[in-house]
Amino acid sequence: MTVKQEPPPRLPPPDPTPTQALVVDPPPPRRDAVWVSVLRLIGLIAIPVVGFFFLGTVFDFLKDENANRGIVVIVAIVVGVVGIIVLFWGMNELVNRLPERIREGFRPYVFVGPALVLLSVFMIYPVINTILVSTKDASGETFVGLDNFKFIFTDESMLRAIRNTAGWMIIVPLVAVSIGLAFATLADRLRRGEAIAKSMIFLPMAISFAGAAVTWQLVYAYRPEAFGSNIGLLNGIMLGLGQDPVPWLQQQPWNNLLLMVIMVWMQTGFAMVVLSAAIKSIPDEIIEAARIDGATELQVFRRIIVPTIVPTIVVVTTYMVINALKVFDIVFVIGSAEANGTEVIAERMLDWFFISNHDGRGAAIAVLLFVAVVPVMIWNVRRFREQEATR
Amino acid sequence: MSTTEAAEVGALPKAESGARAGSVGEPTKGSWVVRIAVLAIVILWLIPTAGVLITSFRPEILVDTTGWWTALAKPFQAAQWTLENYRLALTSAGFADAFLNSLAVAIPATVIPISIAAFAAYAFSWMEFRGRYIMFVAVVGLLVVPLQMALIPILRLYSQGAVLFDRQIFPDLDLNGTFLGIWLAHTAFGLPLAIYLLRNYIGSLPSSIIESAKIDGADHFTIFRRLIVPLSVPALAAFAIFQFLWVWNDLLVAYVFLGGTARTKVLTIALAGLVGQQGENWHLLTAAAFISMGLPLLVFFSLQRYFVRGLTAGAVKG
Repeated sequence: MTVKQEPPPRLPPPDPTPTQALVVDPPPPRRDAVWVSVLRLIGLIAIPVVGFFFLGTVFDFLKDENANRGIVVIVAIVVGVVGIIVLFWGMNELVNRLPERIREGFRPYVFVGPALVLLSVFMIYPVINTILVSTKDASGETFVGLDNFKFIFTDESMLRAIRNTAGWMIIVPLVAVSIGLAFATLADRLRRGEAIAKSMIFLPMAISFAGAAVTWQLVYAYRPEAFGSNIGLLNGIMLGLGQDPVPWLQQQPWNNLLLMVIMVWMQTGFAMVVLSAAIKSIPDEIIEAARIDGATELQVFRRIIVPTIVPTIVVVTTYMVINALKVFDIVFVIGSAEANGTEVIAERMLDWFFISNHDGRGAAIAVLLFVAVVPVMIWNVRRFREQEATR
Repeated sequence: MSTTEAAEVGALPKAESGARAGSVGEPTKGSWVVRIAVLAIVILWLIPTAGVLITSFRPEILVDTTGWWTALAKPFQAAQWTLENYRLALTSAGFADAFLNSLAVAIPATVIPISIAAFAAYAFSWMEFRGRYIMFVAVVGLLVVPLQMALIPILRLYSQGAVLFDRQIFPDLDLNGTFLGIWLAHTAFGLPLAIYLLRNYIGSLPSSIIESAKIDGADHFTIFRRLIVPLSVPALAAFAIFQFLWVWNDLLVAYVFLGGTARTKVLTIALAGLVGQQGENWHLLTAAAFISMGLPLLVFFSLQRYFVRGLTAGAVKG
């Protein structure tokens, strides 16, 4: 027992002496007295009860309208952070009080249990439930068959959303990966300042889609005549060129491209960083050999660099296609999607579910998104199983 | 994710790239073109942010009448600049409270999934139990499930409990609009990636360490606390930063589970609300936008290499 309390913090000595091994575990008492078992049982029940009672009180405080915001926030953070540690510690203690025979068989489930419970309640159950709700009416009660799916494939706004999303899924990855690859290749040739240049491209990745949408609204800003001066950058340039200002975000269908620019701006840095790492991992000798053989820089790029990093390009592109499929914040924050013809699927889903309160249609649109990622899901699982097989 | 370890913005082997640039056969005449091209792209990328930053420090009357670029003509004129916008945004527009709410959401929503995932990842790597393989395959499958699939059922779960095939299987917890509700949602959405990444890392630790700790009599909990957690700091940090920024920048989950009431709204919600009602108040909007960007940018610049590692690894997140 003494060894348990004082384990070596780092690498233990490679060969523990036999004496050490011998003193480790004094044989535990075979059978506990009955009252000990009863006490254990009471502890087993009492700890969660007290815990729940305490948490209930705290959460009532957190819901208190009049409480000082700063204190509420601090209490919330402490409860959240300490709570999770106490949870695992408490569960481990409970397992230690279980009878010896079943203790070690039980412990793994204490370790994976919280994760499995959360994933079941928040992911697996919802997937089943959403599929069921997609066959129900607005309130999610009455069965309506495939009516919601009929709706999403006939409604004009929904069809536009599907077309627009398809555009996002093709154009954004294509442009972002191309610029990212070009920039990574160019920056690789800089003698100095490569890291700084890359940080600057990468910077938009750290901010929110909402923040980016505001940022670009300032670029696209437009005011009609007699409604003040045009302070948007693009219209400033138009005026500088002697042209009339343009209501950029209402130019259908080109306004979709202008919104895509925002996502390209945010995600190019990601493509660039990953591709740059892949380019740097190509051995210098290969590139040198090609140059000595008289290959031009363009040939080196096309015949050596690109073919070598194709697997990385595939992974990055897949990631971006999935991201583009789920794009929501940009369109939502810019607003007036329906009026401007800039709807996308994820934005329609929230609109139907949250604003129009039609659970069935919202769920059906979510199912549409889900079906679109199923191939990637299968691919991920298959790749994982192959990896495990070779391990 | 084989690209994970190698991808770091700031940690490039300087000497190596320098050697490549100056080596035999390198066309030096191209270097000017390269430099100008790189500079042009960088400037193009920075202009939108620069516009927001400059606008946020200009007085309302100037913001409303002239473009932000005109401020560059006479940058040293004191009347050009003000902090008033930030004062207004923080107080009357409620962004100070929104900032606190964002912290209250983001910090636990980072710590909770990491703790849960680390324990699970340890069990998946180093403990024997029935269903281990199939459970982990399920985690891999969940990696790309769009969280839109979860919104409707979880919202109903929070407000009226769960009914599956006409049977009440989960009680009504009244979690809607509470911090606990959004922590749990963010935790669950972040878990598949966290478990996947941490298992890759924890599973690759040498088994001799764990074996010898067992011989010394350490139980699983002690091994986890004293060995696994300290050894996994790089992976934990990478995921922590990724998850923190993800939660901090999230609009969708906060919009659905916290809503837009003044009491609980987070920065992204407050910002979106400001666009909706006062789209023309650029002085306020830009200051607010920068308040929301401040912390992520700070995290980004101070912890860049971890951040990139987490993000690159996050390429599979759903």
